[in-house]
Amino acid sequence: MKASLPLRAGIVSLAVLAAFLLLWQLAVGGIAKTEAMDPEYAALMGASATTGKSAMPGPLDVAATAWKHLKDPFYDRGPNDKGLGIQLAYSIGRVALGYGLAVLVAIPIGFLIGMSPLMGRALDPFIQLLKPVSPLAWMPLALYTIKDSSLSAIFVIFICSLWPMLINTAFGVAGTRKEWLNVARTLEVGPIRRAFTVILPAAAPTILTGMRISVGIAWLVIVAAEMLVGGTGIGYFVWNEWNNLSITNVIVSILVIGLVGMILDQLLARAQRLVTFPE
Amino acid sequence: MSQLLPFARRSASAAPDPAAGTSRMSSSEKFISIEGIARRYPAPGGKQNTVFENLWLPMRRGEFVCMIGHSGCGKTTVLNILAGLEAPSEGVVIVDGQAIEGTSLDRAVIFQGHALLPWRTVLGNVAYAVSSRWRKASRAEVEERARKAIATVGLAGSEHKRPSELSGGMKQRVGIARALAIEPKILLMDEPFSALDALTRGTLQDEVRRICIETGQTVFMITHDVDESIYLADRIVLMTNGPEAKVAEIVENPLPKSRDRAELHHAPGYYALRNHLMDFLVSRSKTLRDAMPAGYDQRHPPVVRPGSDEPEPIPIPAAS
Repeated sequence: MKASLPLRAGIVSLAVLAAFLLLWQLAVGGIAKTEAMDPEYAALMGASATTGKSAMPGPLDVAATAWKHLKDPFYDRGPNDKGLGIQLAYSIGRVALGYGLAVLVAIPIGFLIGMSPLMGRALDPFIQLLKPVSPLAWMPLALYTIKDSSLSAIFVIFICSLWPMLINTAFGVAGTRKEWLNVARTLEVGPIRRAFTVILPAAAPTILTGMRISVGIAWLVIVAAEMLVGGTGIGYFVWNEWNNLSITNVIVSILVIGLVGMILDQLLARAQRLVTFPE
Repeated sequence: MSQLLPFARRSASAAPDPAAGTSRMSSSEKFISIEGIARRYPAPGGKQNTVFENLWLPMRRGEFVCMIGHSGCGKTTVLNILAGLEAPSEGVVIVDGQAIEGTSLDRAVIFQGHALLPWRTVLGNVAYAVSSRWRKASRAEVEERARKAIATVGLAGSEHKRPSELSGGMKQRVGIARALAIEPKILLMDEPFSALDALTRGTLQDEVRRICIETGQTVFMITHDVDESIYLADRIVLMTNGPEAKVAEIVENPLPKSRDRAELHHAPGYYALRNHLMDFLVSRSKTLRDAMPAGYDQRHPPVVRPGSDEPEPIPIPAAS
């Protein structure tokens, strides 16, 4: 008898992981020849020169560093040495602010565009023109006008989260079935009540799809934005560790960024399931 | 069936009934009066497509009127205008002494595709209509009215199911409950049973008939189904083919108000009526569009009563 599909998939996943870790360990292990040199000079040059060990850390080094970070995520020893938890909190805070503002702007405007063909047509050229602009291209403009690097990062998150939500909301609202709207009309339901009791529930799955796309993009963009503005945040941390030549920390950050992105996506996916209705 | 009825017998003809003069409604009798409505759509080349024009139709209070015609004759448009979902290009509809303007809670619509809100439960769907009708009603009162309407259509116990968990017939029952719950003056039905299987359709026709007789509801219903109209209607409005459809005639149903589905086809006048309707749909709906008989007046379409001047069909014993 065959085991269930999830179990078999899990076994394959573990096998892939094990193979990857093994290859990684083998690839970075010290196998190159050692040159004879002055012991003092050797001490100065470090293990990569003397024993041929790669500067790339192995999985065990990464695991040890990750454990160190996880054990004490919230320490703060000055501007260049903060715990991973603090850096993540900065990034998540910026995303939450920028994304929240985008929700507040995109959903009402999306409703307007979806309900009014006139406004839809009138605003379409602006959306089409601004949507493909890389959010980071806004950065100089934001820095110049806002004059605050942290707020500029929030602005960049806002602008990149805006478009998917705006377009999906407009699409969902415009796609509300005519028969549901007719039901509301024959029941003499007013425009506000109609928007909340018919159009919003009908468009909610599509709106949530847009919100889910947006949160993914926002999390992608925050890392890049923080590399530019510096100071705090997980993006800054990655760049700072690169400057420190601490590849181990960079790898740990990559894993943590992936993990947080996954959690954000899953949260929105769960919200989407809550508002989806079977037909 | 042990007896065969003479199928060869044809109805009297399309000629106006001798009693037609008395069938013309006095203005005090008219509860609904469609007065000279037209519906036109812009067509390419600056022309206009006329679905129908100068359409007149009166209805009495408590009457069950069915409209029959082929697709494209503008039946649904007439219903939408009655509902207020569409505005006529010309003419007015007067209901209870007042010209209608837009939709109203007095005119409930039962849609062809049930049109339930899928994110609400059965109770939620009906309660939505109830709370729209009585805006200031308490939650308990709304729920009580909704539950009563759901029980009327025989769905008590399914209040908390979602539409996706219901069969097609049950969904349409909810649609009927939603329409009845707001206690409308007029019930408008747009081929409400056309998407259902024959058995379910029959049951729902029985339910609708029972409810409408109990409540004295005025009903305007669109259908393709000749038998449905014979079973349900007091009067049957025949539309010629579109475009530029006309009310060819209004057929009075000679069958008694207390009809039994099982005995219907034995009732005197049944075959005359059925043949008349079938003849109309098969051929006359087309020939009449091309040429109306002399003396046809759109404002007063002829009222006919098939089989009224004929002897009863005599059952003949089946050959054994």
